[in-house]
Amino acid sequence: MKPAPFDYVRAESLDEALSALAEGGDEARVIAGGQSLVPMLNMRLARPAILVDVMHIRGLDRISEAKGRIEIGAGVRQVALERWAPLSGMLPLVAAMLPWVGHAQIRSRGTVCGSLAHADPSAELPLALLALGGEVRLRSKKAKRVLSAADFFLGMMATAVGPGEMIEAISFPTHAIGTGTAFREIARRHGDFAIVACAAVAKPGGAVRLAVGGVADIPQAVALPDPSDPGFDDQLNEFAWSLNARDDLHASARYRRDLVRELGRRTVEEAIQCRS
Amino acid sequence: MTINPPTDRWIGRSVPRVEDAALLTGRGRFIDDLATSTTTLDAAIVRSPHGHATIRSIDLAEALQSEGVVAVITGEDIKRLTRSMTVGVKANVECWPIATDRVRYVGEPVVIVVATNRYLAEDAAERVVVDYETLAAVVEPLAALSSDAPVLHPSLGSNLINERSFSYGEPEEAFARAPHRIGIETVYPRNSCTPIETYGVIASYDPGEDAYEIEANFQGPFSIHAVVARALNVPGNRMRLKTPPSSGGSYGIKQGVFPYMILMGVAARIAGRPVKWIEDRLEHLSASVSATNRVTKLEAAVEADGRITALAWDQLEDCGAHLRAPEPATLYRMHGNMTGAYAIENVSIRNRIVLTNKTPTGLNRGFGGPQIYFPLERLMQKIAWELCLDPVAVIRRNLVPADAFPYRTAMGSLLDSGDYETVLDRAITEGGLAELIERRKSARSEGRIYGIGFAAVIEPSVSNMGYITSVLTPEERERAGPKNGAQATATIAIDPLGSVSVKVASVPQGQGHRTVLAQVVADALGLEPGAVSVVADVDTGRDAWSIASGNYSSRFAPAVAGAAKLAADRLQAKLAKVAAGKLNTAPEDIAFAGGRASSIKNPDNSVSFPRVAAAAHWAPGTLPDTVDQTIRETVFWTPDELSAPNAADEVNSSLCHGFIFDFCGIEIDPKTGEARIDRYVTMHDCGTILHPAMVDGQVRGGFAHALGAALLEEYAYGADGSFRSGTLADYLIPTVMEVPEPLILHHETPSPFTPLGAKGVGEGNCMSTPACIANAVADAIGAENLTLPLTPSRIRELIADDEPQAKNPPRGNDSSKRAGPRKLTGEGSATVAAHREKVWAMLLDPNTLDAIIPGSHGVRKASDTHFLADVTLGVGPVKGRYKADIELFDLDPPNAVTLRGKTTGALGFGEGEGRITLSDAGSGKTLISYTYEAGIGGKVASVGGRLLDGAARVVIGQFFKALANHAGGTSVPGNGLLARLRAMIGGGA
Repeated sequence: MKPAPFDYVRAESLDEALSALAEGGDEARVIAGGQSLVPMLNMRLARPAILVDVMHIRGLDRISEAKGRIEIGAGVRQVALERWAPLSGMLPLVAAMLPWVGHAQIRSRGTVCGSLAHADPSAELPLALLALGGEVRLRSKKAKRVLSAADFFLGMMATAVGPGEMIEAISFPTHAIGTGTAFREIARRHGDFAIVACAAVAKPGGAVRLAVGGVADIPQAVALPDPSDPGFDDQLNEFAWSLNARDDLHASARYRRDLVRELGRRTVEEAIQCRS
Repeated sequence: MTINPPTDRWIGRSVPRVEDAALLTGRGRFIDDLATSTTTLDAAIVRSPHGHATIRSIDLAEALQSEGVVAVITGEDIKRLTRSMTVGVKANVECWPIATDRVRYVGEPVVIVVATNRYLAEDAAERVVVDYETLAAVVEPLAALSSDAPVLHPSLGSNLINERSFSYGEPEEAFARAPHRIGIETVYPRNSCTPIETYGVIASYDPGEDAYEIEANFQGPFSIHAVVARALNVPGNRMRLKTPPSSGGSYGIKQGVFPYMILMGVAARIAGRPVKWIEDRLEHLSASVSATNRVTKLEAAVEADGRITALAWDQLEDCGAHLRAPEPATLYRMHGNMTGAYAIENVSIRNRIVLTNKTPTGLNRGFGGPQIYFPLERLMQKIAWELCLDPVAVIRRNLVPADAFPYRTAMGSLLDSGDYETVLDRAITEGGLAELIERRKSARSEGRIYGIGFAAVIEPSVSNMGYITSVLTPEERERAGPKNGAQATATIAIDPLGSVSVKVASVPQGQGHRTVLAQVVADALGLEPGAVSVVADVDTGRDAWSIASGNYSSRFAPAVAGAAKLAADRLQAKLAKVAAGKLNTAPEDIAFAGGRASSIKNPDNSVSFPRVAAAAHWAPGTLPDTVDQTIRETVFWTPDELSAPNAADEVNSSLCHGFIFDFCGIEIDPKTGEARIDRYVTMHDCGTILHPAMVDGQVRGGFAHALGAALLEEYAYGADGSFRSGTLADYLIPTVMEVPEPLILHHETPSPFTPLGAKGVGEGNCMSTPACIANAVADAIGAENLTLPLTPSRIRELIADDEPQAKNPPRGNDSSKRAGPRKLTGEGSATVAAHREKVWAMLLDPNTLDAIIPGSHGVRKASDTHFLADVTLGVGPVKGRYKADIELFDLDPPNAVTLRGKTTGALGFGEGEGRITLSDAGSGKTLISYTYEAGIGGKVASVGGRLLDGAARVVIGQFFKALANHAGGTSVPGNGLLARLRAMIGGGA
């Protein structure tokens, strides 16, 4: 369990990182907290020729608020966001989800943007991006672009980040007063990959949006009526089936659909209750 | 019960552990911390990705050229320089520590690469090319018995390597007489207790003396020393085995390091330099050892009041691909105890041992206990259900009565001591069973799902080294000569300053042996425990040891501490004579306390301990005539009760028998199937308690392991033998978050057979807890057939109503009901802007295939319907290069074709079949529909199981989307598909 040989670039500036990525092309990969990448390197599942470390770039570890959005730089560790004092007021859903990301030890190294770049189908932060309408700011030597979750996640562990490109930051819209949010997850153990994770956002007086992770290849969302609506269960059931759940070692496909129906309803109800 | 610490002695007090200062400050000396010589090389092992295959050829050329490589070793080399390992049954089969001509489980060693460091060794290991011809595999024990099952060892003729039947008392008559015959069938899964520290070996070879020196974190039993020396073809005194001072957990597993001692010994011999190997986690999970899985049919002859008059056992034990020493010990360790805690006079047993394409099994905490108590205690509950009796009443009615001890079981075990009914009563009262029953009542009245489970077990300890010979017939035993006993050794030495050192061969892995031995010896010599120094690791070249030495069968407290007690007493008797001479009194008048020897009659008449103790060094001439020396005492202790199995196959398989009664309340969430343990009560009688905190620590640790076995852990295999739980994200060990605090109760009935009255306590909850939890779940949901681990998904399946169906069921939904080994399947379709004939032609054209196969580096046409390709396949950052071999079948031009393909590469292999159907979609377009079934094995299946389905879908989807693009020119469907495809293939950030 030792990695194949690779070159290592410790970038001190964004320019340096982008140059190294441009030069490395397909063979280069960003390393931030390394919580997913390093095990894959050690098992030789991934063997990039160049690793570009972005954790020493000044300013990339900033959390900032501007124009109604909270922006989180590529160098922000999960623990830093978790301990960011305004988090529970400005991003209550993210505050509810972060304790479910791995364990404290993992969050002390892992980064917010790294989790999105890894795009594990069961991970909480990609689910947050979809549920809240977050955006990903990509940067290459030549260009910048901003993508929504729908455009960013292409498939399991596959994103729109192209060769030479990296996530510079992500942003979430600041929590609007009167909106209710809720999060629930079932995993085999605390800190495990979710079997099913549900995040719900209930806007004032409007429809509810339920996003589900752990079932399809990427998080999926659906608009639902109020749970008191007679059509609610049917719509949730159709959504549960649409996710193409699969059997694996940990749970059957049926069980995952059961959880989408049960946890989905509980999460939606809780989000509506939180709406004030 | 709170144990009141005695004030007059150290034994029985929870003194701080002497081990902890080093362990808690990172100063433990584990195998990987030991200094090695500057010439030491590192080894990496190439392992089988297949469950069953013959090795056609091995190409080492590239590996030998690789940087830093010193030697590359195959099974042929091992065969040339060693002998087959000893097999514990009479059977025509060889047992090598490495594959020779055939691989029989995923992870079986095939080639050892020795290089100047582990990185370079792994680089070179990737360059070893092994050509396998895969064989059908068999992983289920019942299937392995079928006449058309693939046979692992052709020399055996079948997979059944041993079968024996036993009859004690008159079981047939008892069944004929009994009003009720109640039975149960259970399947006990594969699991392991999974130590944090994996295996490690440092081996060297001295050609001048033809001698091996091996350091390994081996745990015993040291009978294995004989197996290794024989295999290495040297006398025992040319195989020096040393263990490191610290070992990071074992729970039996580190017995299984011994095949690697042989491999690394030979590697050092061939390389001409010392060789070190540290097992990594994937190697450990896939290829160390695990407990056996077992299929059991158990029937009881039962009276109307629940009294059991006979048991009939039919056990099918699965020992994996090879029967490795000391197997089939898992099956026979409990042989004398097949009636558990119950007085049942008539017993029949059929034991069959089968080999399957799974990792060979070995020692594991509980060793054989979980496999028998799961059916036995589940059956006790079923008897209560069927006869409408209280489960506790059925248990009570059958317990061995208090006045029957020592009690000889039908199979020959001598239960040393106990008072089971009192223990049961105390547990029920002090554990609050009445309150749990109230909780169940109120929960059920509110429609909640709540159950209570029970388990009563006896926990054997100090194994009889002869029990394993029960697998032989009496005639075979007669020829082989008797084997029995449980030699324990302890040496106490006094140095010229009069300080005391203790040496035992117990090889602790964190239990705290050194602390307890210091307590035992301090009591005998009137010292502070801190004044006594203890060494517990082993050097077979210097220490007193025997085959029974080591850390297993919970033998420390009863046997090793007992031997130390005897040695200390013997030394104390001599020192009393020396002191008596100095104090002008009689030896009987001497007491040792507070670091002094003093006259009991006149305590002012005293002398310091060192003055007495060191006299043998400084002034041996002053010793009384009856004292030879007081410098060193070595005691060998083996209990008389452990005799060899007799002609009637009766065997006292263990010396001591603790008693455990557990009960628990569990609530099940009806919607999620999650089981919450409301309360777990575990009552233990392990005889005299030497260190209460350590005993509780053993109970907690065993409980956590058992909770894992009950709810979380399983070594999972695919039908093709592929290993599915190669990471700790798939093999789920309970963490502190999942383990509730059990209520631990104690009762002390000293063993009359051990010097300190202590019995073993390390394994009991691994025996009782899985059955107790399953009984509670069964009580909660009313289900009879339960299979461990009881995952939320499995529990939910047992209680769920019919599922609401979708109005528009999406295509490709997997309808199979159960999680577990199976093939990946899927389907999909794409519309292509081209006529059917054109699409058909493309599918048969190597150039088109080259363009559309994801990551293709070139497609070669072997025939019109056979293509060879070199491809890079990957999902996200996980990428690997593979050789693909694709054949076309059932051609129906231009309508349909079946593709059958195989890929092999460093990350594993895949085999699949897909049917492609073309149909007109109007306006010159073609609809391509496909279904596929694929099996994936090797490393990627072991570590990425959670993601395999998605990965297969991505890769196969890429192929058809690329086909659509290639055919249609402009993309169908969707914009930017090519860019997306490129991103998918090339990987994201």
